[in-house]
Amino acid sequence: MSNIPDDLSYTKEHEWVAGLDDSTTVTIGITAFAAESLGDVVFVQLPEVGSTVEPGDSVGEVESTKSVNEIYSPVGGEVTEVNQSVVDDPGLVNSDPYGEGWMFKVRVEGDPEDLLSPEEYTALTSGES
Amino acid sequence: MSRPTPLRDVHQSLGATLTDFAGWLMPLRYGSESAEHRAVREAAGLFDLSHMGEIFLTGPQAGQALDYALVGHLSALAPGRARYTMIVNERGGVLDDLIVYRLGDEEFMVVANASNYEKVAGELRERAGPYDAVVEDRSDRYALIAVQGPRAQEILATLTDADLDGLKYYAGLPGQVDGRQALIARTGYTGEDGFELFVANQDAVPLWHAITAAGEPYGLKPAGLSSRDTLRLEAGMPLYGNELSAELTPFDAGLGRVVKFDKPGDFVGRSALEAVKDDSPRRRLVGLVARSRRVPRHGYPVTKDGVVVGEVTSGAPSQTLGKPIAMAYVDTGADSGLAVDIRGSHEPMDLVELPFYRRNK
Repeated sequence: MSNIPDDLSYTKEHEWVAGLDDSTTVTIGITAFAAESLGDVVFVQLPEVGSTVEPGDSVGEVESTKSVNEIYSPVGGEVTEVNQSVVDDPGLVNSDPYGEGWMFKVRVEGDPEDLLSPEEYTALTSGES
Repeated sequence: MSRPTPLRDVHQSLGATLTDFAGWLMPLRYGSESAEHRAVREAAGLFDLSHMGEIFLTGPQAGQALDYALVGHLSALAPGRARYTMIVNERGGVLDDLIVYRLGDEEFMVVANASNYEKVAGELRERAGPYDAVVEDRSDRYALIAVQGPRAQEILATLTDADLDGLKYYAGLPGQVDGRQALIARTGYTGEDGFELFVANQDAVPLWHAITAAGEPYGLKPAGLSSRDTLRLEAGMPLYGNELSAELTPFDAGLGRVVKFDKPGDFVGRSALEAVKDDSPRRRLVGLVARSRRVPRHGYPVTKDGVVVGEVTSGAPSQTLGKPIAMAYVDTGADSGLAVDIRGSHEPMDLVELPFYRRNK
């Protein structure tokens, strides 16, 4: 069973969003479930700092030995920071998906859509695994 | 529903990520596929390959039947030896690549890919019809366990009295491994020295445990299909459905040497292959090494000055080279200034001859 922290929000595309309740700037990464499904991550491409994203936009990609998956922004707003460490060492996505393996931060404008609670995300992934 | 191998419970207890592969439920990886890949290059890996097909031909004309059915000269094979060969259609298109073991004067075992073995068994039955030979698909009875890597022989030697030193590359002999009857073959698909053990289904689990225990001091790890694919790619070995297909002849794939025109008698595909054997191929199979970290993958276009000059057949990050690598069919003569169109971005590639990796013997 994958680790699903109960203080984050999630998307159907297996991203997590942190800081939604107490900050206008949120942090986004991919879940442990996603990282385990991908296998060893070898390449991460992130959006540019300063770019504006819409909810659901493809903003980057995560490449593993066997496959490539797009990263979607769960929220709209301006990208304020990206995690250069994960670009330099993509293995952080596997080793610490909710910590050192975070991907990018967005200053949120408007309401995010269709985010899942930890319980809903747990239900989603138990159906897929 | 995917068919499980006799080792499914073992894979599950090891925490394997299981995947459907050619209708079989197979272990993709147990933990990190990169660590499994390294274990095979540096120590040893243990693979469940029970999805492969085992088709037996027995009888006084089994060798002649195979000479007619396949492109190789199998009747010339000495008992105890094995050959890499192919089965083609009348047009010379590759239906599968195979390893044929001669187990005795009148007994051969044809090992076919999981995705193709029913087709291969059907073709062999039909093609062997006029010969005094019996074709029997025994795939359901056999499990196949491979031990691959530089420590493979030391590990196996702790479990068998068989003469492993005397067993050449591409040879096989019956023997006891951990007290169980096996065909011990010095073959594999990783670019390393190693052994493939064909055993009865019921012996697969105890044998797996015995090899795991024996291999532990040597750094042996269970290894899944994901590492098997990156290992064979580094070794430049073709995969049916990627580098090989019914649309390509062995010559197209750069493997014309497996076609033995000088063997006696006709064989299926002979006239079609005779007609093309001296043609200059429009494209050839080459290796590409990426300069960036993005991975060229199956089906991506190869370009030169923005013009498509080929197509990637297999690609993956290479542990050994530290860069992404690919096999690709590329127009003859286009050997510099190449790129692969990776989702819209033309990533520069260096062309190299295959294989990417060759072990020190």
